[in-house]
Amino acid sequence: MDSRLTGPTRFFPRRLALGTAALSLIAASVFSQMTLADDANTTGLAVTPTEVTVGQLHSATGTMAISETGSIQAERLAIDQINASGGILGRQIKIVQEDGASDWPTFAEKARKLLVNDKVATVFGCWTSASRKAVLPVFEKENGLLYYPTFYEGLEQSKNVIYTGQEATQQILASLDWIAKTKGAKTFYLIGSDYIWPRTSMKIARKHIENVLHGTVVGEDYYPLGNTQFGSLINKVKLKKPDVVFAAVVGGSNVAFYKQLKAAGVDSTKQTLLTLSVTEDELLGIGGENMKGFYASMKYFQSLDNPNNKAFVEAFKAKYGKDSVMGDVTQAAYLGPWLWKAAVEKAGSFDVDKVVAASPGIELKTAPEGYVKIHENHHLWSKTRIGEVQADGQFKVVYESELIEPNPFPKGYQ
Amino acid sequence: MNALNKMLGGRQGVVGLLILATLILVVFPLTLDAFRLNMVGKYLTYAFVAVGLVLCWGYGGILSLGQGVFFGLGGYCMAMFLKLEASDPESTKIQSTPGIPDFMDWNQITELPWLWVPFHSFTFTVMAVIVLPVLLALIIGVALFRRRVGDVYFSIVTQAIALILTVLIIGQQGLTGGINGITDLKTLLGWDIRSDSARLLLYFINAGLLFGCILFGKFILNSKLGRLLMAMRDKEERVRFSGYDVAAFKVFVYCVAACFSAIGGAMFALQVGFMSPSFVGIVPSIEMVIFAAVGGRMSLLGAVYGSLLVNYGKTYFSESFPELWLYLMGGLFIAVVMYFPNGLAGLWESHGRKWLSGVTRKPATVIASPAPGITPTPALADKKAASPLEIQP
Repeated sequence: MDSRLTGPTRFFPRRLALGTAALSLIAASVFSQMTLADDANTTGLAVTPTEVTVGQLHSATGTMAISETGSIQAERLAIDQINASGGILGRQIKIVQEDGASDWPTFAEKARKLLVNDKVATVFGCWTSASRKAVLPVFEKENGLLYYPTFYEGLEQSKNVIYTGQEATQQILASLDWIAKTKGAKTFYLIGSDYIWPRTSMKIARKHIENVLHGTVVGEDYYPLGNTQFGSLINKVKLKKPDVVFAAVVGGSNVAFYKQLKAAGVDSTKQTLLTLSVTEDELLGIGGENMKGFYASMKYFQSLDNPNNKAFVEAFKAKYGKDSVMGDVTQAAYLGPWLWKAAVEKAGSFDVDKVVAASPGIELKTAPEGYVKIHENHHLWSKTRIGEVQADGQFKVVYESELIEPNPFPKGYQ
Repeated sequence: MNALNKMLGGRQGVVGLLILATLILVVFPLTLDAFRLNMVGKYLTYAFVAVGLVLCWGYGGILSLGQGVFFGLGGYCMAMFLKLEASDPESTKIQSTPGIPDFMDWNQITELPWLWVPFHSFTFTVMAVIVLPVLLALIIGVALFRRRVGDVYFSIVTQAIALILTVLIIGQQGLTGGINGITDLKTLLGWDIRSDSARLLLYFINAGLLFGCILFGKFILNSKLGRLLMAMRDKEERVRFSGYDVAAFKVFVYCVAACFSAIGGAMFALQVGFMSPSFVGIVPSIEMVIFAAVGGRMSLLGAVYGSLLVNYGKTYFSESFPELWLYLMGGLFIAVVMYFPNGLAGLWESHGRKWLSGVTRKPATVIASPAPGITPTPALADKKAASPLEIQP
């Protein structure tokens, strides 16, 4: 052995030898750490006997930051509360936060970083459909786990994602039924921003209006994201006089849309409007007085009157200031860590496969929105509510449905 | 041999090229894990655009603020092929129309659009990656340069084109996947491009193509054409009066830059596994100009370093300071423009070379030969002290 080595070692650079030694030391220490892990972690996740690492992947910068900040805050609140109550399987949760920067490729890059480099046990993150679509292949390839908080268009179901917001049929069908019944609505005008969520939502709405409610769609218009000129649309609405304007305008366009409606004299005394995309967060920008009397369909409103929600609102305000507001997605984001905790404890393990297997049937009776349960298809059973906008930027809940089964691939609506 | 040596920019050029090659082909693959190496691979796809910009902006004086268009076209061509391969009837059987890409199904399209049909063929795709962007560049170039639209007007038109293409892609979501882009690309001719071994191979293919582009760029710059480009940039009228067809040269160099960008885009789609309109618009296009500016818009190799540095900065800052990183990047850009207007290559010119000559104590050879990629013409040499703004047409 020695004699064979003496020759080459003379040419073997000392630094390289040192480097190799150091590397093997590091490898050894990493390995010993991994062998410490018990049954709760058989797949090499970043779990130590006292700590479990999770990822948080939202846009802290860019155009989506304003929407995603609420989700970041809610997830942190839930994790803090879980840590304060003893953590999960005796481990404290440590967060690695990454910024998706409102940029879909960045989301994909950071998702890979979290799963491959940080070996996080789960990720709470994403907001827009585009960002979810960008990270989805990464989560499926690396077998990660994502808790996705936003209400979205459906048509998706992944082993590696738990969808804590509503899919489109949950949000749309009950609210259309309600408005047809209480307002006797027969004619609808559909308006949306031009991307996959409004388009799919309106497709579902149109089928429901035409086939189930036997009403008519008198107009359907889409505007580019960020559009701020709604003058011609408002004129068309005034001309067609639909019973209901059904809107899914998102982001900054919202502010322009409702202010221009108000300026054109279209308010709730003259026009019924139901929106899918205005939460308390958006109302901050739009101003409650500009939308007073219009309706929004969501599963959660900050004004919900139940003990769970009172505790949630109080804790949120205590942590982030008394002026902070909580919208639908913020609440859905808050559910993520709790649902994960319940699934991990049921599985007795952080292994993604075991957590996923344990997830269907998980119930959360402490949810601010009331009661939720994870369906086989990884979406949540939830109620739909209609809120009426108040001048102070809050909603008055005027309708609450039964628990609705999630159905991301609705037959007859595709 | 002598000709080859000259083409590579003399001894200095060869050394510079070798250093970069060692860094990319040896140092990175040995020191970085699969994930980081894949990210470097992604950065290098932007370097294609930056190298193209050095040719058309740094030397040709054509500041294109719409290179994302070509990057995007190349990327979309490749992504369309990969998406078709990923959408075989078996894996899309959950859709109402199996066998077409998922986003088409979501947009109630029941038949593969004619535009997509040729992208079943890999040969066609590879050709389209090059030909389509070059064709577009040719049309834009002929339309504008023949009419002697130049300078800032040209930049504005390229921006408008980037905007138009973005709106078109987002608007035609049944055809293009809209704002989500084309996602979930899995295999290339049955070869799983998401595995670590595939990513490693793609990294080397990407690096090889990049060096091919750099060498081609050096070849152009060291030919008579390169001198003409610089002459045009500095005094266009004089070249025209000498009997040269100025527009033809401009169109050519613009097409070359478009071709480089498109190769980068195609490699991007392969390595990252998706393509979206966020690479096509004005903001990414300007970012690409920044890569070239940081690296030094007169240096082909500098452009590569610039792309690596800026993108590494982006990744590093955003991982370390998720809420502050944009300010840090902004600060970096301002600092570069204010203090190193000629970018990294300029910094090397003014400080690194002096330092190197002090170390090697061979001043004679060092001073005599030009910087990597920088071949001063007599005209330029006179102007050496001039600020970049003055050099810029």
